[in-house]
Amino acid sequence: MPETFTFYAFSAMAIIASTLVIGQRNPMYSVLLLIASFGALSALYIQLNAPFVAVAQIIIYAGAIMVLFLFVVMLLNAPREDAAEWDRSHPLQHPNIGRFGALLAALLVVQLAWALTKVSELETPVGARADGASVGSVLEMGRILFTRHTFAFEATSVLILVAMVGAVVLARREGSNQ
Amino acid sequence: MIPLSYYLIVSAVLFAIGTAGVFLRRNLITILLSIEIMLNAVNLSFVAFGRYAGDLDGQIITFFVMTVAAAEAAVGLALIIALFRHRESLNPDAFTSLKW
Amino acid sequence: MEMYLRPAVIGVMIFVVFNALIIASAILVLAERKIMGFMQQRYGPYLVGPHGVLQPIADILKLLFKEELRPKGADKWLFTLAPVLSIVTAFVAFAAVPFGPETTLFGLLDEPIKLGIADVNVAVLVVFAVTSMGVYGIVLAGWASNSKYSLFGGLRAAAQMISYELAYATSLAAVIMLAGSLSLREVVDSQAGTWFGFFSQWYIWLQPLGFVIYVIAGVAETNRAPFDFPEAEQELVAGYNTEYSSVRFALFPQSEYINMVTMSAVATDLYLGGWHGLLPIYTPLDPLIEQYRLGWLVFIAKVAGFLFFYIWMRWTVPRYRYDQLMQFGWKWLFPASVLNLIVTAALVLYLNA
Repeated sequence: MPETFTFYAFSAMAIIASTLVIGQRNPMYSVLLLIASFGALSALYIQLNAPFVAVAQIIIYAGAIMVLFLFVVMLLNAPREDAAEWDRSHPLQHPNIGRFGALLAALLVVQLAWALTKVSELETPVGARADGASVGSVLEMGRILFTRHTFAFEATSVLILVAMVGAVVLARREGSNQ
Repeated sequence: MIPLSYYLIVSAVLFAIGTAGVFLRRNLITILLSIEIMLNAVNLSFVAFGRYAGDLDGQIITFFVMTVAAAEAAVGLALIIALFRHRESLNPDAFTSLKW
Repeated sequence: MEMYLRPAVIGVMIFVVFNALIIASAILVLAERKIMGFMQQRYGPYLVGPHGVLQPIADILKLLFKEELRPKGADKWLFTLAPVLSIVTAFVAFAAVPFGPETTLFGLLDEPIKLGIADVNVAVLVVFAVTSMGVYGIVLAGWASNSKYSLFGGLRAAAQMISYELAYATSLAAVIMLAGSLSLREVVDSQAGTWFGFFSQWYIWLQPLGFVIYVIAGVAETNRAPFDFPEAEQELVAGYNTEYSSVRFALFPQSEYINMVTMSAVATDLYLGGWHGLLPIYTPLDPLIEQYRLGWLVFIAKVAGFLFFYIWMRWTVPRYRYDQLMQFGWKWLFPASVLNLIVTAALVLYLNA
């Protein structure tokens, strides 16, 4: 019973926070609400017996990527006072293009929910087929990560290096010899 | 016990919210944030499926998705900074001409 | 009866730890000024109460009675949210730290209860995650004050904190390799016992470089001297907490002191053997401590030693300039911690094969 309560509470928090993210005019508030959404998702991961993923979510997403977003928002001082016409009004009051996009998104949810309810096998509770050893222990994860997925692991390290170099090059000022 | 479909519905709703954000918002940073919402929704369904199947592959894939999302956010934000320096605007509609 | 007794004991433990952290920060306010005074060959505060022990109460009362200001252009929500975020993350970080062995409370409970608010099996990472959320309190304080100098101070402090998190995490990883588990309780329990019956089996002997790196990174994480450029140099001009007054201001130094306590507690658990072993060498008191479960006293003594070291460093070493600070973190401390990790990994593999 506390399990269902935490599931409903945290998923409601995640969904409400995400909805507010896309509805805020101030990007600073969007970033902070997204951090709240990540926290709620982290709690859902703990409920799914994935403690390492939950903590990694806080460390990587909420603790590093969102700090990056926050820095950029503060650096660019968004929102600007001389914003374009589109930014002045609230996004959901934009004429037809915006309404069409919202309609498409709502259609996506309905479609996915319909498809999910048609598969009867998905009604079994999570964890019913799992044996007791799948607690998501870090030891087991490390073992799998470094034996079966070694290549992907090394490839992501190269990817991060490339991204780091690319980000520095892209954000450099033109014409200065840095 | 929570059925698997509940987790998947939450993931679907979050994904749709992210998609709506990409369609509706006219601010580059908010568009990137909506992409992050979509990536998180996908992470949630991976972990839910992994728990349903009883092994750890779902969590391993989540690990890689998070890494790729971090790299993509870094490069995307660097692009936004570079774009902002030229047009002084964060509105994607301001970048309509191919001329620099 | 037993069914209700256990949650009640856990509730009492949470209450005690919460109050202990608040009282610890109050004691640190006084201790810092007294120790600073004695190191500078003068008395610290001595007027309020005998030997100045009521000084923290006077400080807190003064802060409470000040006027609560909010600058006109400051963001209404974020201005209040920032100190709240700082203090909440400071408290939550201590929740994953164990501070004593298992005890049955003199036979009151049927099953022994572990002294520590939460015993998670990824406790090391939880502490790291929550302290990395502490960056937000400072960044938002700098931004929400709507003042150029506050913003720069906040951004610099945040950049410093996230730079030193790398060395912090890498030195943690080396200890975890030695202990074989991410749970702080298991890391402590693997340090019980002695070598040759003489030296306590602490990880500080196995990881001297790692210990130095961890302590330096911990000092930088909490924005304490000699790394307190964002809060001290600019307090002559500005800084992220300039526009704050009264209670909102009081939460910032308090969160800094609680972060200090958490860092000291984690350092004690990782490197100094937690609640095992009173001194680096074997004393006849050790078996008595194990038998009567007085490990939490040992823990408190070690944390107090660390806190004294923090205060001692502040008033001994001159402050780093900001660019020197960043260079040191990226060019010296992080490569040293990676080297430490590689050497530890090689030795663990070699000695276990």
